[in-house]
Amino acid sequence: MSDPILSVKDLRVEFATRSGPLRAIDGVSFDLNKGEVLGFVGESGAGKSLTGTAVIGLIDPPGKITGGEIRLEGRRIDHLSIEELRRIRGREIGMIFQDPLTSLDPLMRIGDQLIETIITHVAVSRTEARARAVKLLEDVGIPAAAERVMSYPHEFSGGMRQRVVIALALAAEPKVIIADEPTTALDVSVQAQIIALLKKLTSERGMAVMLITHDMGVIAQIANRVAVMYSGRIVEIGPVADVVRQPAHPYSMGLMGSIPSLHAEHARLKQIPGSMPRLTALPAGCAFSPRCERADARCKVERPALAATGMTTSACFHPVTSTVAEVAG
Amino acid sequence: MLAFLIRRLFEAALVMIVVAIVAFTLFRFVGDPVSQMVSQDATIAQREALKAELGLNDPLIVQCAHFIWKSLHFDFGISYKFREPVVNLLGQRMPATLELAAIASLFAIGIGIPLGVYTGINRDSLLTRVIMAGSLIGVSLPTFLIGILLIYLFAVTLHWLPSYGRGETTSFFGLWQTGLLTSGGLRALVLPAVTLGLFQLTLVMRLVRSEMMEVLRTDYIRFGRARGLTNRAIYFAHALKNTLVPVITVIGVEIGTLIAFSIITETVFQWPGMGLLFIQSVQFADIPIMAAYLLLSAVIFVTLNLVVDILYMLIDPRIRVAVRA
Repeated sequence: MSDPILSVKDLRVEFATRSGPLRAIDGVSFDLNKGEVLGFVGESGAGKSLTGTAVIGLIDPPGKITGGEIRLEGRRIDHLSIEELRRIRGREIGMIFQDPLTSLDPLMRIGDQLIETIITHVAVSRTEARARAVKLLEDVGIPAAAERVMSYPHEFSGGMRQRVVIALALAAEPKVIIADEPTTALDVSVQAQIIALLKKLTSERGMAVMLITHDMGVIAQIANRVAVMYSGRIVEIGPVADVVRQPAHPYSMGLMGSIPSLHAEHARLKQIPGSMPRLTALPAGCAFSPRCERADARCKVERPALAATGMTTSACFHPVTSTVAEVAG
Repeated sequence: MLAFLIRRLFEAALVMIVVAIVAFTLFRFVGDPVSQMVSQDATIAQREALKAELGLNDPLIVQCAHFIWKSLHFDFGISYKFREPVVNLLGQRMPATLELAAIASLFAIGIGIPLGVYTGINRDSLLTRVIMAGSLIGVSLPTFLIGILLIYLFAVTLHWLPSYGRGETTSFFGLWQTGLLTSGGLRALVLPAVTLGLFQLTLVMRLVRSEMMEVLRTDYIRFGRARGLTNRAIYFAHALKNTLVPVITVIGVEIGTLIAFSIITETVFQWPGMGLLFIQSVQFADIPIMAAYLLLSAVIFVTLNLVVDILYMLIDPRIRVAVRA
């Protein structure tokens, strides 16, 4: 296999607070290959969005990357100057945010926003940039793009605006796209269209995508691999099919078990008891141990590392060996 | 757009009629002009003759209608004190006030907005703290005190700038006395303009700062950063533009305030403008001047509001839609 396009090693993000640093991301490592869609799932606050924000270098103070390294095509980008980082954003790594209604400047025509982004990164004339802008809008499926380029954001529906947001993120043809909950704010029917669009664009352009979501359905439709995050760590990572069918980590198992299924006969969905610990009160050993029925004395004091367990790689001393279907049944 | 303008003009006319009625009631309630104008040993016949001459014997409604009708033709009567048409008096004084207000506004906006942008972006820097502390002084010190302090420092102690009056002025077609074309006139403008504009400057600055901090938190600014836009584009093309609607609202009202209520500054600097005329007319119960001044202030505010509304539409496409609908 060729070298990964994006490689994150032992990433650590901390927030300085009055009562000392709060570790929000703790030792996250993953590789993203060319043309690959890597999903990140987990509950709110697990650190999925923060991981994406860290990669693109947009963590707001008091947050700070305090350890590890981020490499883009082998080159370290976590230590770059503000100006160097700015050149990478949009050009090498693009980002799509959750809410298309608030992601666009309401006072600027979408064409101007596109042209502005293109000219910032690519040495082309305004007329050329304009032609590219129209082409981009066509690529993301906006009808009558040549006219719509003159429209303001409020003249588009939510789904259309998310297409515009995607066009903006793609404007300078980045190699990596970080999609942070790209469909969460949309209607279900529109979600499917946006996912199909993302899928089409990634395969056409060979982009790598970090897809951050809490919707396993979205992951299952589009991602190649998936990383399950819990309390600022990746607890399991592997090919989507394996993680969905036969997860090794009890937390992943709990997540998969809580997905509603049309075929299942039992009436009640399984739920994971308790809630994710606060960052201020992380347990000493495995962060999931207080909620885990498999946890023993060792889990409470020692933190498991990621290791090959069955089909996937997971961080658990007592990995599950049965499939989701068996556990549910 | 046109329908909107017509509607706004109609509303403006309503406001003006109400103000005119209020201005008219001044004549009824503020002292007796006749006793101010005649000497103490004037005969009753002389008083009656003057009363008749001033039209004070007509029924109330007639007087009011008369007043509004004449006001529409820029006839605000004869000043009790100066024995001259009020419109001439105001006309002579207006250039002084308008020039002062214009320079003070430029000063307030030209410095207030950049400072607001700077302090909004660098919200915790040392310079920001110094500026914010300084702006508290601008907000809390009364205008007359600032004026006197400036006079003491720059006129009395340093002898850099004149302490009162307009200095040299040049005349345009005998209609407009301007102080903007001579160095003496410009020098005379500095202290009063700073005095008059300082409060507005701090107000504009603080507003721009808080609006900038608000806008910089929005998703579209984050998305702009994620697209690698330059700071310049983010701060000015996106953030500042999005702060403009509230900022323009306040600036519009504040410019009106500068023109209509420059009374204190004009008094401190003996600036021969409308404010000084107004304060003299108050002392003398010179009601025609006071009434005309009230009407003029209303015209200024109504006009500025209309301008602000039009600017809204130019800035924000969403407002254009709302107006069309």
